[in-house]
Amino acid sequence: MEFFLQLIVAGIVMGSIYAIVALGFTLIYKSTGVVNFAQGELLLVGAYICLHLTVEYRLNFVASFIITILFMFFFGFFIEKIFLRKMIGEPIISIIMLTIGLSSVLKSVVQLIWGTNTKTFPQIFPEEPLIIGEISISYVYIFSIISVSIFLALFTIFFKKSKVGIAMRAVASDQQAALSMGIDVKRIFALSWAIAAVVSSVGGILIGNINGINTSLSQFGLKVFPVVILGGLDSILGAIVGGLIIGILENLAGGYIDPLIGGGAKEVFPFIFMIIILMIKPYGLFGTVEVEKV
Amino acid sequence: MNYTNCGEFQTSYEKDAAIYKSLFSKICIYGFLISLFVIPFFIDDYFLYLFNIIFIAVIGAVGLNILTGITGLISLGQGAFIGVGAYTAGYLANQYGLNFVISIPIAGLITAIVGMIFGIPSLRLKGLYLSIATLAAQFILEFIFIRAEFITGGVTGLSLDYANFFNISLDNDFKFYFFGLIMTILMVTAAKNIVRTKIGRAFLSVRDNYIAAEAMGINIFKYKILSFGISSFYAGVAGAMWAYYVTIITPEHFTIGVSIQYLSMIIIGGLGKILGSIFGAIFITLLPEVLRFVTDYFTSSYPFLTQAFASIREAAFGIVIIIFLLFEPEGLVRRWNLIKAYFKLWPFSY
Repeated sequence: MEFFLQLIVAGIVMGSIYAIVALGFTLIYKSTGVVNFAQGELLLVGAYICLHLTVEYRLNFVASFIITILFMFFFGFFIEKIFLRKMIGEPIISIIMLTIGLSSVLKSVVQLIWGTNTKTFPQIFPEEPLIIGEISISYVYIFSIISVSIFLALFTIFFKKSKVGIAMRAVASDQQAALSMGIDVKRIFALSWAIAAVVSSVGGILIGNINGINTSLSQFGLKVFPVVILGGLDSILGAIVGGLIIGILENLAGGYIDPLIGGGAKEVFPFIFMIIILMIKPYGLFGTVEVEKV
Repeated sequence: MNYTNCGEFQTSYEKDAAIYKSLFSKICIYGFLISLFVIPFFIDDYFLYLFNIIFIAVIGAVGLNILTGITGLISLGQGAFIGVGAYTAGYLANQYGLNFVISIPIAGLITAIVGMIFGIPSLRLKGLYLSIATLAAQFILEFIFIRAEFITGGVTGLSLDYANFFNISLDNDFKFYFFGLIMTILMVTAAKNIVRTKIGRAFLSVRDNYIAAEAMGINIFKYKILSFGISSFYAGVAGAMWAYYVTIITPEHFTIGVSIQYLSMIIIGGLGKILGSIFGAIFITLLPEVLRFVTDYFTSSYPFLTQAFASIREAAFGIVIIIFLLFEPEGLVRRWNLIKAYFKLWPFSY
């Protein structure tokens, strides 16, 4: 039982990080129709920049966190402006390939600058875990869950209340109509990339605090696919729910199936689960069902 | 874009659908093929090696182009399917001592079956969702390669003997060249003909407008699965050839990176064009080799480049893809046609 609870807690933490990275993915897909295979690399860039600021420039963690977020905002903005803007109207495969190309460029630049060894953040949170009943939770876990919750709450308010957020939803639901209502669709596109870069860098920083950073962290970008498929590609709520479900299931699979087959279940289980979901509910839990008419 | 010479025009449907549009192109193609059979006597092992890996890449890329370029189903799992072919061939050769003449077609068929199984989601999925399903295929198969040690040998891999043909062992680059060349010619010709038949036209209609295709009585599901099958068959054959060429199969050769490389081959070459797959395969295979020469040239003055080579190669790969997508979205085939047109129209180039 204790083992089970421990797995669940770790699963919720991982799940909440999946959720925030998936949120970025969904945001881009929803407003621009682009599937971003470079999501994991955005996470990598953000994590390394924050690490660099804290370790090399000895900045306060909070300060470097904020600087990273600002940097990533403009980084995402310019990626859209320079590369994705020219691809509007191109076939889906070209856009997928463009983001794949982008991902390999970003990853190798990160490798050139910071090398391939695992680097760790300096100890920020107290080392001895918090003990509730039988299970122990480390403070970095609590910090992760709290900061993800804050970000998700902020985004919900942003989309519901702010003018830009409403404009983004308008663009997502109907580009033509949004254009004719005077919304600057191109700006919205760039903005959604900027926000996506920010949220994935938050995910990267959190995961870096838990496990340390190396370039294989960009795998996160692929791990996000089962999450968004489960939730539905274009649903923000789906990204959050999907993230938590996949995080928990993955950890349980790691805990209970791994000993039977000798490891690796954690990596492959989400994908098997995803195929099953796709067969039963092709548009995920909350995704919009496309109705096609001739 | 296909300008024919003055005085040559088709008078029947057979001629219009012919592979060789004119006597001139027939002579060119046969001349090129004959020269390919003569070349190996004049080049050294390094170039033979390049040719051999290009042959294998061409077969894999042609297969993927049938699925992605012609049927319009994006697959991110070609690398894993190639792996299935390689492991099947290796297993058959080791366990049952089958000759490669038998084991390669069987490897192709088994890969085709695996591909069709992973194509089943295409019944309900389209576009993006399907490409993500093939991504799942990639990860699941990769997992099996590592975990199913009794078949695949796990991370240490599987080793097998060189292909043996009437007591001639294909144990060096020179001997493998002829085998690779003949296989490539066979497979490419077959692909070219599949595209021209009823099946190929059905594939095209599924890509262009599947609703219209269904309305015209084309069983979309059947053709999608068939496309997966044919594409995976090519992957399987390419994988089996790879197994007989390197003789040691490890899971590292069949990662998502390989799938992405194949996808970039057909995009850089030209989607939906058989000739494009060939151009793309040559380009992507030679790219790291050219980069190696360039970095070798600069290492004397900048020694850190040797360590950074892997990263530089990956960055260059990404940059090349991006540049092609932004500036030449129709691929090398378009450039080739422009060059041909230039010579046909010269000196009146407008």
